[in-house]
Amino acid sequence: MRRVFAEMTRRPSTLLALLLILVVVLSALGAPWLAPFAPDDQPFDGLSLEGAPLAPGAKYWLGTDTLGRDLLSRLLFGARTSLVIGLVANGVAVVIGMLVGTVAGYSGGMFGGALMRFTDLMMAFPALLLAIVLAALLHPSLWIVAMVIALVNWVQVARVVYTETRGLAERDFILAERSLGAGHGRILFRHIAPHLMPTAIVYGTLGIATTVLLEATLSFLGVGVQPPQPSWGNIIFESQSYFQAAPWLVFIPGAVILATALSFNLVGDTLRDLLDPTQRGRG
Amino acid sequence: MTTPEPLLAITDLSIDARTPEGLRPVLDGVSFALVPGETLCLAGESGSGKSLTALSIMRLLSPSLRQRGGSIKLAGRELTTLPERAMRQLRGGDIAMIFQEPMTSLNPVMTIGAQLTEAIRIHGATDGGSAETRARAMLDAVHINEPARRLGQYPHELSGGMRQRVMIAMALSCRPKVLIADEPTTALDVTVQAQILTLMRELKGEFGTSIILITHDMGVVAEMADRVALLRAGRMVEQGSLTQIFEQPREAYTKQLLDAVPRLGAFRGTDGPPRVTAAPPPVLPAGPILFVRDLEVTYGGATGWFGRGSPPPPVVKRVNFELKAGETLGLVGESGSGKSTIGKAVLGLIPFTGEVVIDGVAIAGLSPGAMKPVRRKAQMIFQDPYASLDPRMSVGESIAEPLAIHGIGTRNERRERVALLLRRVHLTPDQATRYPHEFSGGQRQRICIARALALEPKIIVADESVSALDVSVRAHVLDLLLELQEEMGLSYLFISHDMAVVERMSHQVAVMRGGAFVETGSRRAVFENPVDTYTRALMRAVPVPIPSTIRHQDRVTASA
Repeated sequence: MRRVFAEMTRRPSTLLALLLILVVVLSALGAPWLAPFAPDDQPFDGLSLEGAPLAPGAKYWLGTDTLGRDLLSRLLFGARTSLVIGLVANGVAVVIGMLVGTVAGYSGGMFGGALMRFTDLMMAFPALLLAIVLAALLHPSLWIVAMVIALVNWVQVARVVYTETRGLAERDFILAERSLGAGHGRILFRHIAPHLMPTAIVYGTLGIATTVLLEATLSFLGVGVQPPQPSWGNIIFESQSYFQAAPWLVFIPGAVILATALSFNLVGDTLRDLLDPTQRGRG
Repeated sequence: MTTPEPLLAITDLSIDARTPEGLRPVLDGVSFALVPGETLCLAGESGSGKSLTALSIMRLLSPSLRQRGGSIKLAGRELTTLPERAMRQLRGGDIAMIFQEPMTSLNPVMTIGAQLTEAIRIHGATDGGSAETRARAMLDAVHINEPARRLGQYPHELSGGMRQRVMIAMALSCRPKVLIADEPTTALDVTVQAQILTLMRELKGEFGTSIILITHDMGVVAEMADRVALLRAGRMVEQGSLTQIFEQPREAYTKQLLDAVPRLGAFRGTDGPPRVTAAPPPVLPAGPILFVRDLEVTYGGATGWFGRGSPPPPVVKRVNFELKAGETLGLVGESGSGKSTIGKAVLGLIPFTGEVVIDGVAIAGLSPGAMKPVRRKAQMIFQDPYASLDPRMSVGESIAEPLAIHGIGTRNERRERVALLLRRVHLTPDQATRYPHEFSGGQRQRICIARALALEPKIIVADESVSALDVSVRAHVLDLLLELQEEMGLSYLFISHDMAVVERMSHQVAVMRGGAFVETGSRRAVFENPVDTYTRALMRAVPVPIPSTIRHQDRVTASA
């Protein structure tokens, strides 16, 4: 583990990404102390005389939103929501997808077939509709929204993992393992699962950005995280109709999401290389 | 001696590979010439650079490789500096190439006819008639029956041998001056290989093509070559006429390579494999350690939810045999004959009907729990050692895996056992922490053998265990297997398509065809007096690593 960490800090781009993630996490944790304003505070001078949001300036560093709230403060508090959604919702989705995919791929036959048909059904079902129904039934709160997103997003992971597992299960080293007398659990966890780590890492990091945006969509439709609690996604969605007049309200949170997702992705990429023994000692 | 003007002259060809550590030479100063009408065999073991040489003639090297220097001249025209456009005209026109795997070299979604006529049209080689007529004539020339019907078929509808014939037809359709054949028969069965080699010899005269034949098989070299160029690790070792190379090799490596080639009939007049140790024979029970009665295997019984239809015919049909302790039963046959299936069934890895008794325990219908102790007695070694080792596990972990599965020993005891096993297969204990990709093919197979030995089995099923290895390495692995048998009293079910290897290893032999045994008996009986016509055909088809000119002389002196 220490070796992996040392190796990671040796690559400049990965080090930068790690630092960025650290900043995001720290600002999420320290939002109450770091933020110059409360996230739902609407100061009197938060809007121009015409009632328009303020551009970034000396008092409101990143400007204000359409209700005159400080954008920086909202982003800091929004980081809490979005990180939870991005990491937890996406993480749970990857775990469910991996589990369903490997079990279906490894067991094959009727059971595996049934599992995959169910997955196909979920895939064909409009994800947004499903999310709306689930969220409406379960009363949206941060954690419920995260679970809803996970229940929608595991499908793609399952599909890909299924195909990979099928391929792996046919390989000779799995047959060799069986001929040694290994049980299913051992084969699945010690020999198949490690080979699926690259896929899990790629989905675990790439999925963060899409998950953050899916939450935003849900917020926009009224079934996501409830206002006034900020999330990066709903900051964008609340301001999108003012894009012409106040582009910073879309660009700044957009850039934050992009940078965060990219950082996770970079770290994931490096991690994947470092955990693969056949890649060791290469550029 | 006057040397005829060379058709293709390669001088001082050097190629570098781009690696993270910098440029690494993979081909170094290779020179040879091809005279019109001759067959030049580029021979060598894997990694010797034979295929690289061919690809650089075609200028089809992958971008990770870079030509450092040297010249390639076709009829006096320099190819290395030719513009890409002119080079495209040349490829398939003046120089054609065929590859090892005819299935992957043909486009699976295009008909044979479409692919053939495409090649003909690109180079305008219609000979006045239509491309279709020419395509039909070409299929006829490579002796494919019903050429008109074949044109409308897809590659998967043809057998491997027929696909390679189509590849040859395609390559020759534009009357190339040079045909480069890269291991054209390696993926084929021996009997089919013999037919394809005959065809190539025949067509060479008919089309006036010179051939560069790339092969690792010294038997094929002896059958085909006018001249031989032997490569090793990117350098030319020796070149000369066929008889000179086989009769008076100058280099030590050439001698070593020729000596390592197993020859059919080399053990004439003996009953068992040669002894490789001085160990006293272990005391063994007299009865069979493996007993098989009416074994039958059928694949693909269950077919999903709505699967119906009659069950497919069995791939193994009512097979009976027994294996004595300390002996080897060689299972020989061509691909698809069901040899590997028997191997897997005997270990209970696939469902079967009939009776299989391992050391007194009938394994039919045993639960996984009841099967577990039986697994300790019978182990398997696979064809491809790299594929059969988990690439994410260190070699030590892989070898300790069977011990861990069966809960034998503590962590430290297992580590000691791994060290012992590594020494047993002539590797060193410090290699335990390394990963499979860091080893050579022969070393990997040793690792697989060490893993199979970990549980101290009585039977080892060796399924084509040396087929993927180079000749020189193969001999060492075979010797190791014999050594282990002599010292530990192991019994082998030795599965191979290679007649010479089976002859070297076996006490008993069974010849398989279409899922059934066509001939069984002691090695001496089967190899010296084959009764079945198929066994005879199989033996005749094996390329003999002795040039025919020398063989004829021998025959003359023998009859005189």
